[in-house]
Amino acid sequence: MAYEAVIGLECHIQLNTRSKMFCGCPAEFGAAANSNVCPVCLGLPGALPVTNRAAVDAAVRLGLALGSAIRGESVFARKHYFYPDMPKNYQITQYDRPLCEGGALPVRLGETRRGFDLIRVHAEEDTGKSFHPERHGDRQVSRVDFNRAGVPLLELVTQPDFREPAECAAFLTTLRRLVRWLGISDGDMEKGQLRCDANVSIRPPGQPAFGTKTELKNLNSIKGVEKGLAAEIARQTRVVTGGGTIEQATLLYDADHDKLAIMRTKEHAHDYRYFPEPDLPLLRVDQAWVAAARADLPELPWDRAARFVARYGLPDYDAGLLCDQRELADYYEAVAARTDGKLASNWVMTEVLRVLKERGWSLADCSARVPAARLADLLERVLARALPGPLAKQVFAWMVDEPGDVDALLARHAVSVRSSDADLIPLVQAALDEHPGPVAQYLAGKTATLGFLVGQVMKKSGGQAVPQAVKELLEAELKKRASAG
Amino acid sequence: MSIQRDDVQKIAELARLEIPAERVERVARELSAVLDYAASLGQLDLTGCEPTAFAPVLAPLRADALDGRRLTPEQALAQAPEGEGGFFLVPPIVENLNP
Amino acid sequence: MSAARDAWRLPATALAEAVRSGGLAVEAAVESGWAGPAAQWEADVRAVVHRDDSARAAGAAAARRLPAEAPLRGVPVLVKDNLCTTDFPTTCASRVLAGYRPPYDATVIRRLRAAGAVVVGKGNMDEFAMGSSTEFSCYGPTRNPFDLERVPGGSSGGPAAAVAYGLCPLALGSDTGGSVRQPAAFCGVFGLKPTYGRLSRYGLVAFGSSLDQVGIFARHAGDAAAAYAALAGPDPCDATTRLSPVPDVARWEHGVQGLRFGWPANLWREGVEREVVAGLEAAAAALERAGATRVPFDFLPGEYAVATYYLVATAEASSNLARFDGVRYGFRHEDSPDVRALYTRTRSQGFGPEVQRRILLGTYALSAGYYDAYYLTAQRARTRIRREYQAAFARCDLMMMPAAPTLAFRLGEKLEDPLAMYLSDIFTIGANLAGIPGLTVPMGLAAADGRPALPRAVQLLGPDDAEPVLLAAGRALEVRGEVARLEARHETEVAWPTKR
Repeated sequence: MAYEAVIGLECHIQLNTRSKMFCGCPAEFGAAANSNVCPVCLGLPGALPVTNRAAVDAAVRLGLALGSAIRGESVFARKHYFYPDMPKNYQITQYDRPLCEGGALPVRLGETRRGFDLIRVHAEEDTGKSFHPERHGDRQVSRVDFNRAGVPLLELVTQPDFREPAECAAFLTTLRRLVRWLGISDGDMEKGQLRCDANVSIRPPGQPAFGTKTELKNLNSIKGVEKGLAAEIARQTRVVTGGGTIEQATLLYDADHDKLAIMRTKEHAHDYRYFPEPDLPLLRVDQAWVAAARADLPELPWDRAARFVARYGLPDYDAGLLCDQRELADYYEAVAARTDGKLASNWVMTEVLRVLKERGWSLADCSARVPAARLADLLERVLARALPGPLAKQVFAWMVDEPGDVDALLARHAVSVRSSDADLIPLVQAALDEHPGPVAQYLAGKTATLGFLVGQVMKKSGGQAVPQAVKELLEAELKKRASAG
Repeated sequence: MSIQRDDVQKIAELARLEIPAERVERVARELSAVLDYAASLGQLDLTGCEPTAFAPVLAPLRADALDGRRLTPEQALAQAPEGEGGFFLVPPIVENLNP
Repeated sequence: MSAARDAWRLPATALAEAVRSGGLAVEAAVESGWAGPAAQWEADVRAVVHRDDSARAAGAAAARRLPAEAPLRGVPVLVKDNLCTTDFPTTCASRVLAGYRPPYDATVIRRLRAAGAVVVGKGNMDEFAMGSSTEFSCYGPTRNPFDLERVPGGSSGGPAAAVAYGLCPLALGSDTGGSVRQPAAFCGVFGLKPTYGRLSRYGLVAFGSSLDQVGIFARHAGDAAAAYAALAGPDPCDATTRLSPVPDVARWEHGVQGLRFGWPANLWREGVEREVVAGLEAAAAALERAGATRVPFDFLPGEYAVATYYLVATAEASSNLARFDGVRYGFRHEDSPDVRALYTRTRSQGFGPEVQRRILLGTYALSAGYYDAYYLTAQRARTRIRREYQAAFARCDLMMMPAAPTLAFRLGEKLEDPLAMYLSDIFTIGANLAGIPGLTVPMGLAAADGRPALPRAVQLLGPDDAEPVLLAAGRALEVRGEVARLEARHETEVAWPTKR
């Protein structure tokens, strides 16, 4: 019997603010151990938290992008558990009155688009880092570093709306794109800037009640999420079909070995003893703040992609790809504004992305060398049939490394373009004369031979002719010969 | 009594305290005395009284800037019972799971 | 009399004036209390837990370099051991913080130093401010200088006793449920708990965060006002400090003509010692003499406040004290096979029995299944209590009531009965729950057969930001309602303890 999986995600987004959530320490990554700490984030006696406005603003922006309701008055709470990387042995988070509630993230799944509903988005502080026990003299010790303690996080909790691991992967890809798009996080899962835990249960299809869920942790890549969930669904299915019952548990997924480890079962469940953080009075985000954040919000990726489809006639897929990064979409649109949108899309997706990939560049690196106007200029030549495609690609490659406009580059590389009829007609004549067979076939109605003839002319031109122009000249000349014949 | 011996053990574990077996009974009695006393709040009319959890003011927010309170690793570790190479050292963490 | 040798008898403001005028060196101002009264009393009273002559000298040298206008320049101040200081250990009288030296000064300490005052040491206290007698200290109890068989009150018993015997004219304590006002009453000094949020809590080791407030001990109302003016004000490091302008305590000299003071006599109809009631009557008569009007009414009995407090304060304490785990600072149990054992052993050996009791109580009040019945109910009761005060202050400018139901009690008297100890805070807890200011005003000594004369006192409570009114009334009581003496600064009697 096939079971249906029910999955809910809990995502943590590490914000890219300058300072930490509740103190003025750098929130940067990679500093020497315990060098980005102060009395507050080290949990020293007497230290008090003060909330970072930029972190709250990031939560408001994400909430608005997701269509969540922004609470005018929200409350920080303390969540208690003892762990060496928790400086105060409680975490300042939000509990029953979070900043953002509801909303949905629209996700493309193949040809369809679906909104996955959210329960909440709230702000909280990150923990420090503790390391696996290691040998130290005659005993074992664990090392602890508090640089990460207090770095701002947003926690996003979804409804249990997912049925397939692939849906979760698509959701995370979309979420990562969104937080980058909004400029609130770098969203790199490998660096822990985007983290994901999943709640999983299975049930017979058609059964409305949920089964017992397990919590899957340590999912540190999007592929890992997909594989870990698949492994856990398979495990639960084996247990249930074998006549067993699922026990509430927390599992760690080891992506390297595709293995699950059960960490904790219900009898050790925590009692977090949440209560309102008395050191932080009510957090008020008033209408003016929300209005300003809304006004400042960029056009969202899915809206922009839809506009690209409508305005430039791009296929859904292409529009989605161009809206993968805000800078890419901006660049595309700047090119499209000066030339044909479809041609611009093809060039940005192939030539520009190829350069980024080959050279390991950011879009900014590339656009600094080939600004949108320079690329548009090139594409206008292509459009006017003044440059053959392969040559245009060559010109683009020169553009990346050299200054100068199209003509200057052609001159510098001693390339002349045979684009005038006067240049091409002798070549067309020669090709027709040299290949009477295909000409006869064409004239007999087998027009497919035209492609062969175009190829011959292109060869004679040394690749410098524009195929469309050659094709038209050939057709005109053949027409002449037909009537003459 | 509001609190039984088992409750004492349970909350002691949550609070990471160890109550010697011979003292559990007494602690249960002392805590119960306070809780029974607190039950007097049941006589107070609390209609329309929302909970007051914190000061009736709004939290001022901090600009996203660095400040001068940062410590060097040496200062951070100066009071640590055990530290080395910029890290705090603790006995092995066996519950290798951070909730 | 030698000015330098007897400088300790001067009010803080007069001492600062003497330093400003050049008649007294900063060092002499600071050392006078150590050379005279401390030499006589400290060995018996044991008010000071961290003494460091070179740190004290360095503090005096720093004060000497400040401009002459610094309002408290040269004034020695003993500071409760739960306020972070870089030059003295800060241990909260707990083994769990043995030897701890903070890398930062509390905001009130910075402001104290900026005003020219010199921190002369750290005062004894009940461990983590949990207690009403200063008997729950890892350093042993402080004794009341008026009767060494009796407690100085608590939890800020060290600073209260030091001001009482003359070590310093000012001291800082903390008041979560009466820990400044009750020991002030037991030791016969002024004790001000400001409005919640007026003095920064940054660097005050937290007990009950929503209740804690740094408080001021002084021998004179004017000194308390001067210290308040130097310390109060918003702090960007404490989100709970009030941002509105600090009330102007210079108004304290204006007297109490036309003030209405509430007289909730139902509160002391039973369970309050006769001498305490006599103190209230004397104070009321003095205020009336100075032109104030008594407004009798009944008020909510204090038992509800005690019940509320012991759920709210312990819940917050159980959370605030979670950080003491032997990882980053303080005591560590050295023989722990794993980190969980480290926590349990460090905390069980590091915390004393009263602290453990309160952590357990607070953990219970917050735990699953009991949160609504205990913590949430208490927070709702807190709203009710604050409303009761607001309603009372619609009828009067301030309220008078005892600071404690008894005079100073004997050492050991309440040690075995936690609830009885908790009830000694019955008159002070309400102000912390409501966030309002309170002032203990000494009312001389109550003599009795068979025991030394003991200080008696009254407590004045006011609405938010009523510090100027409280201090004005305190000043009127300091001169026993003699209006003619209100303007004469510095010239009031102080009940000094006598050595027997």
